[in-house]
Amino acid sequence: MSCTVAVVDYGMGNLRSVAKAIEHVAPKDRVLITSNAAEIAGADRVVVPGQGAMPDCMRELEMRGLRDVVVRAAQKQPFLGICVGLQMLFGHAEEGGVMGLDILPGRVPRFPRNITAKPGGDRLKVPHMGWNQVNQTQDSNPHALWHGIRDTARFYFVHSYFVEPAQPSLIAGTTDYGIPFTSAVARDNIFAVQFHPEKSARDGLALLANFMSWNP
Amino acid sequence: MLAKRIIPCLDVNAGRVVKGVNFVSLRDAGDPVEIARRYDEQGADELTFLDITASSDQRDIILHVVEQVAEQVFIPLTVGGGVRAVADVRRLLNAGADKVSMNTAAVENPQLVADASGKVGSQCIVVAIDAKQSEPGRWEVFTHGGRRGTGRDAIAWAQQVQALGAGEILLTSMDRDGTKNGFDLELTRAVSEAVDIPVIASGGVGNLQHLADGVIKGKADAVLAASIFHYGEFTVREAKEFMFSKGIEVRL
Repeated sequence: MSCTVAVVDYGMGNLRSVAKAIEHVAPKDRVLITSNAAEIAGADRVVVPGQGAMPDCMRELEMRGLRDVVVRAAQKQPFLGICVGLQMLFGHAEEGGVMGLDILPGRVPRFPRNITAKPGGDRLKVPHMGWNQVNQTQDSNPHALWHGIRDTARFYFVHSYFVEPAQPSLIAGTTDYGIPFTSAVARDNIFAVQFHPEKSARDGLALLANFMSWNP
Repeated sequence: MLAKRIIPCLDVNAGRVVKGVNFVSLRDAGDPVEIARRYDEQGADELTFLDITASSDQRDIILHVVEQVAEQVFIPLTVGGGVRAVADVRRLLNAGADKVSMNTAAVENPQLVADASGKVGSQCIVVAIDAKQSEPGRWEVFTHGGRRGTGRDAIAWAQQVQALGAGEILLTSMDRDGTKNGFDLELTRAVSEAVDIPVIASGGVGNLQHLADGVIKGKADAVLAASIFHYGEFTVREAKEFMFSKGIEVRL
């Protein structure tokens, strides 16, 4: 049975890339790039991408009147947050001192200056840009969205801020960039990632395919 | 840890890849989509398209190329060449580019870097710097495809574009470009250590050791090459396996 997935358009992010990648893995499903609250509310699945600065993203989301429908989607529909779409789920962001949607408890700090790969090693650049490994949290069963994806597989990242969940149970994946940070979170119907699955070649497409068949 | 990136670069003229690309069993050696797919299959970490279309009425063809590639290849795409204004940046991003590279226009109007990164985010803005050694330890920035000197110091310019909001620097040595003698490692290292943003080394790659040197000695975050991949001398996969054997973190 085909389903409808809404890719929330609030003017921030590579929506076309996200939509094309989903169409590629789920050719029978309907992908809507939309800023229409009714379409988002009525979709079977919701994807919230995001690029750039979180204060800009929050402002655009509010201006388009999409805050409430995104908060509601995160309560019931299978929900995938990508990059700033992950960061927005949390509360306080260091960037611009702005508040996120506060759906998940935690903060959004920036990578510290002068982080190094190892003590005395080369200084690491910020933004964290490129392919890095994701350690899947394996406490109980691996999350359904990791199905068929090797633990420590590499995904494409580009960001200067990261999420710091207040509850360890939210963490679905971690990555090391001088410091360990949370690169994927999960709770109930929510899965959200700091990396860009739509730009992460085969493993990224596998994650999107898993999302499209996920029944939380 | 973060992998060092290997980036094949393709020159595109009026929608066709020029300088030919020799892959076994490629139906059409000039088709950007087919070539992009091939590099993706080999494990390229990103692709860079440089639009060298001279005639202005054919300039928009690159948008269709980007659209078609972005529908089939799911790795980051950087597009440069002829970017003069924020509107050009937006059009390329909307077509499916992840990053847009600017060179001459940034030198002529540095405010463009600030305006573009302010609108679309630093992560989308790459400043390409073509540098030529002027004296030991000093390099001058060139524009117009390396034909025109600017009097600017390459290291100072790299720091300036970072302050303006560039998210990455694509650094090409004019002295080495096309020579196959390896990157200008001194230049690469000087720029990479002078900025906090990632630096892509370019110009001069003739063998796989050159790629490893760019990372280990030049401190580059990524290495870009054209001819060693195009003419089938090495696959991207072979390049990565070689770099891995030298202790470099790569995505295999």
